[in-house]
Amino acid sequence: MAVRAQVAARAAGAPEPRASAGLWSTAWYRLRRDRLTMIAAAVLGTIIVLSIGAPVLAELVFRTTFEKQDLLRTYAAPTLDPPGFVFGSDEVGRSQAVRLFYGGQVSLFVGFMAAFIQLTIGVLLGLVAGYFRGAIDDVITWFITTLNSIPTLFLLIIFAALFAPSPITLTIIIGAVFWTGITNFVRGQTFALREREFVTAARTVGATPWRIMLRHILPNILPLIFVLTAIDVGTIILAESALSYLGLGIVPPTPSWGNMLTNASSYFNRAPWLVVSPGAMIFLTVLCLYLIGDGLRDALDPRLKSR
Amino acid sequence: MAVTTPPPSDAEFTRVRSTATAGSGKNLLEVKALKMHFPLTQGIIFQRQVGAVRAVDGIDFFVEKGETLGLVGESGCGKSTTGRAILQLYKPTAGAVVFDGVELTKLGGEQMRKMRRRLQMIFQDPYASLNPRMTVGNIIGEPLEVHNLAKGHEKTERVQELLRVVGLNPYFTNRYPHEFSGGQRQRIGIARALAVEPEFIVCDEPISALDVSIQAQVINLLEELQDRFKLTYLFIAHDLSVVRHISDRVAVMYLGKIVELADRVDLYERPLHPYSQALLSAVPIPDPAVESKRKRIILTGDVPSPVNPPSGCRFHTRCWKAQQICSEVDPEFIEHEPRHWAACHFPGA
Repeated sequence: MAVRAQVAARAAGAPEPRASAGLWSTAWYRLRRDRLTMIAAAVLGTIIVLSIGAPVLAELVFRTTFEKQDLLRTYAAPTLDPPGFVFGSDEVGRSQAVRLFYGGQVSLFVGFMAAFIQLTIGVLLGLVAGYFRGAIDDVITWFITTLNSIPTLFLLIIFAALFAPSPITLTIIIGAVFWTGITNFVRGQTFALREREFVTAARTVGATPWRIMLRHILPNILPLIFVLTAIDVGTIILAESALSYLGLGIVPPTPSWGNMLTNASSYFNRAPWLVVSPGAMIFLTVLCLYLIGDGLRDALDPRLKSR
Repeated sequence: MAVTTPPPSDAEFTRVRSTATAGSGKNLLEVKALKMHFPLTQGIIFQRQVGAVRAVDGIDFFVEKGETLGLVGESGCGKSTTGRAILQLYKPTAGAVVFDGVELTKLGGEQMRKMRRRLQMIFQDPYASLNPRMTVGNIIGEPLEVHNLAKGHEKTERVQELLRVVGLNPYFTNRYPHEFSGGQRQRIGIARALAVEPEFIVCDEPISALDVSIQAQVINLLEELQDRFKLTYLFIAHDLSVVRHISDRVAVMYLGKIVELADRVDLYERPLHPYSQALLSAVPIPDPAVESKRKRIILTGDVPSPVNPPSGCRFHTRCWKAQQICSEVDPEFIEHEPRHWAACHFPGA
């Protein structure tokens, strides 16, 4: 194509275009200007840092451990004397504050890892079922329907009874039970998107099915997946507490927000602060995740002008 | 000329068919007895086929290298389906699509994918055919990546050059489709099709979604590109004056069949098939004196359903010339004059 050389020569004097602003860098730029999302991220970040730093915090600030009991001061109301009782003490006189941060380790780990597991399974199976349709779709749909026809809690109990409960097994169990929702969602979106003309255009150009799934379909559902994931992390933290309530989750004395909450519900009249603090942590975490998911969705949409 | 032909013998049949599709040796594309049926199914678990939409029901034509073949017809007659079946975006039910000696319907997935370098498509809706989450640079660069034609800096340069070729600013690579107007978006779509340096482009109503003022620009661009890159077009449209302007030859489709195919001048001056005549009579003439005398042939009734097309000639339910034979025998697609094919028992004025 000799014309190409000519055209190139003619335009040789033209300056270079500005550096490529990728999807992620643009998104980050927009996120930084979204105050609400940034606040939510800061709060969640603080909760995560406090949880990870729980051992250090317990030793240096509260001067106690999560197991240390003080049987003379059970059900103590929140006080600064000693500093470990800033959120009160529980039925055997342990520091509620220290247990809360230790519990965060378990709850957040289970929440995020299980969400990650179900997201990986869900997106992969959803894309494959929605894009290829046919027999693959039938098998996956059949599997989902079967799994969905068994009550979730029942399934969780079966799994939890089969495997010794520990944060790791609990994560895998929850991930393995909750993936159906994401799969259904991704499958439905893929169904709709694969009929769009830009997908036909990609096929015309010669793109492979995997390329179409990952480069054309996935980016168009990703923002919605973020929101769903944020909601799911919350659901998982709550599911973990439900399991703990039945004695199938995290086994005491290892604290988790879930088992602290269920445990405290028996003493609601005597020590309401024992219910309030883990409840507030779950509530804050879930709220922050919702806000972040929502902010990410907006930031990742190139059609929305930056405010 | 209006002689009723008896059903042809096998020998005759072959002869007629071969003249309809073979043409001269410089054919880039030959479509033979192409059928595209979409099954209609019933039942939830055990689906059974209860019928089929016969979107394209046995068409024959060829496209010569370097020419533009216009394909016209009303909406729903199978024009776009034909284009997509040629590009194997739909798997044709029957028939053959031979591109430069290669039978496309028999190619495997990977072979066809490689073949797509040579056949491209420009889409009707410039709003739907560009991924809203990809930058223009990525959209135009994708064919280059997919076929390993260019990488990194070379790719960026090639994309910029393509933008220039279609008359857009090469700085636009980092913008998203929604930042452009319809005409500009269509130019992006054209640049994407050109990226692989194809030989054949199906233009699927490339200007129908654009403003009239922009239509001319895009048409001129397409003509300019054809001269420059020696492109062959299959130009699908329902705007007869645009087709007349851009095409070398024109095919008229009705309900999944090509009813007439001729050189542009022949078709517009002396249409043989009643449907073509009716269609052409609907084109306004930009001269008040002549326009006031224009006689329109108003067809009665609607286009029958492609699920259950009429027997014999598909046009007989709306044709003012229809006789007994028309509802019984499907007329053959015959070369009535040199390079002028029509499927009608009573062709001509």
